[in-house]
Amino acid sequence: MISLYRRRRLFNYFQMTASVLVTALGIFVLASILWTLISYGFQGLSLRMLTDMTPPPGSAGGVLNAIAGSLVLTALGIAIGTPIGVLAGTYLAEYSERGKIAEATRFINDILLSAPSILIGLFVYEIAVVPTHHFSAWAGAIALALIAVPVIVRTSEDMLRLVPNDLREAATALGAPRWKMITQVSYRAARAGILTGILLALARIAGETAPLLFTVLNNQFWSSNLDAPMANLPVVIFQFALSPYTDWQQLAWASALLVTATILGLNIFVRLTLGKREKRS
Amino acid sequence: MLETSASHASQEGDSRIEVRAPAPAASAEDPEAVLPAAKIEVRNLKFYYGQALALRSISMHIYDRRVTALIGPSGCGKSTFLRTLNRIYELYPHMRAEGEVILDGENILGANVDLNRLRARVGMVFQRPTPFPMSIYDNIAFGIRLYERLPTVEMDERVERALTKAALWGEVKDKLRASGLSLSGGQQQRLCIARAIALNPEVVLLDEPASALDPI
Repeated sequence: MISLYRRRRLFNYFQMTASVLVTALGIFVLASILWTLISYGFQGLSLRMLTDMTPPPGSAGGVLNAIAGSLVLTALGIAIGTPIGVLAGTYLAEYSERGKIAEATRFINDILLSAPSILIGLFVYEIAVVPTHHFSAWAGAIALALIAVPVIVRTSEDMLRLVPNDLREAATALGAPRWKMITQVSYRAARAGILTGILLALARIAGETAPLLFTVLNNQFWSSNLDAPMANLPVVIFQFALSPYTDWQQLAWASALLVTATILGLNIFVRLTLGKREKRS
Repeated sequence: MLETSASHASQEGDSRIEVRAPAPAASAEDPEAVLPAAKIEVRNLKFYYGQALALRSISMHIYDRRVTALIGPSGCGKSTFLRTLNRIYELYPHMRAEGEVILDGENILGANVDLNRLRARVGMVFQRPTPFPMSIYDNIAFGIRLYERLPTVEMDERVERALTKAALWGEVKDKLRASGLSLSGGQQQRLCIARAIALNPEVVLLDEPASALDPI
């Protein structure tokens, strides 16, 4: 009896130590990445970053054009991806729970969810850059939308499934047609969750680099033409960090910090506001 | 329980649902005892969950302006039977009903029935409270707005009347804009009853709606 008890205690002790060590390793790696980013990026932060365009090597400058470009691309990507994602999620959760098309859609969506983003970039390069013979902001927005769609489909479906069937029956029993039941009852009940999914998709695409390399490329100057290459933070970081010039590298670090801080802020905002509202109802 | 109808029932098969109601021909002196018209006539109703037969050939009359109560042990099919009367089971593709349910001369199990109209005529209150995630006022107005376009004053009256009938008006008249979810369980259930009767349905199906209500 006692030896069995000892063995279990020993095993428990061993398992707990292993779990704690592995967790500590993970946190250490994450913290050191963040620390490197903050210590290098912080020195480069300045007001100039927000007011000046990307500079030629050797002269001072900022990343205003890249910030603006990133905002435009991300907003366009979300604007294209949200209706597609939410409607597809609605189809999966409300119209065809067990149909063959739904099963296939879910399977393909799961693959897309974990597809390397560089593939998405190549795909959009083929359909939007090769035919027009030039890089463009539109192509970048399409690539970002394609990355956002599977995330939004998944969260929309999951959140709509959490809406109790009792609620759907109650609306139907009042004589509500299906579309009214979905738009006025299901969407309302799942609103916080669907919004969270959209914001998480936004955070996901805000830092994507690979799909943009093949689609919008970059632009040294301010551009508001959606049919032309546009500056954006991820590609600026990529190019500047690989360059031999220290001032460009410094800007790359600072920009990386800016992107990370924005995404972190967005995530915290989502957790604090929408997460709380979800619990209350 | 079915409101607006008293009953006299005949059953076939081995269904265990028992129907209790005052015998319609109880006494000749009582004018109430004269057999009223049948609002609903159920003929040979069978119900399937997938392959499983749940209701076996039920036939009965449900009379106009009477209360008909269905009594039976748990799992005997009382709710299943109620759910065929407004075809709410149609939400789930694997369920189906056979036979005839004749409401005012029309077989509501037929193919050409407008299900939304049917459900507006045959209201239903469920066992568990299901307030919509919207204000108390909108919870009531939701159903009315589906079929009627009323000026604000009339809508206010309809909402007040429905809430008064469900004995909830006094408690919520000062917070009609508050969320329906902010009410207590019993209040939520009365809200659902108000929501069902606000449509002035001809038949109300009540699936043990009072199980969440305190008797006092």
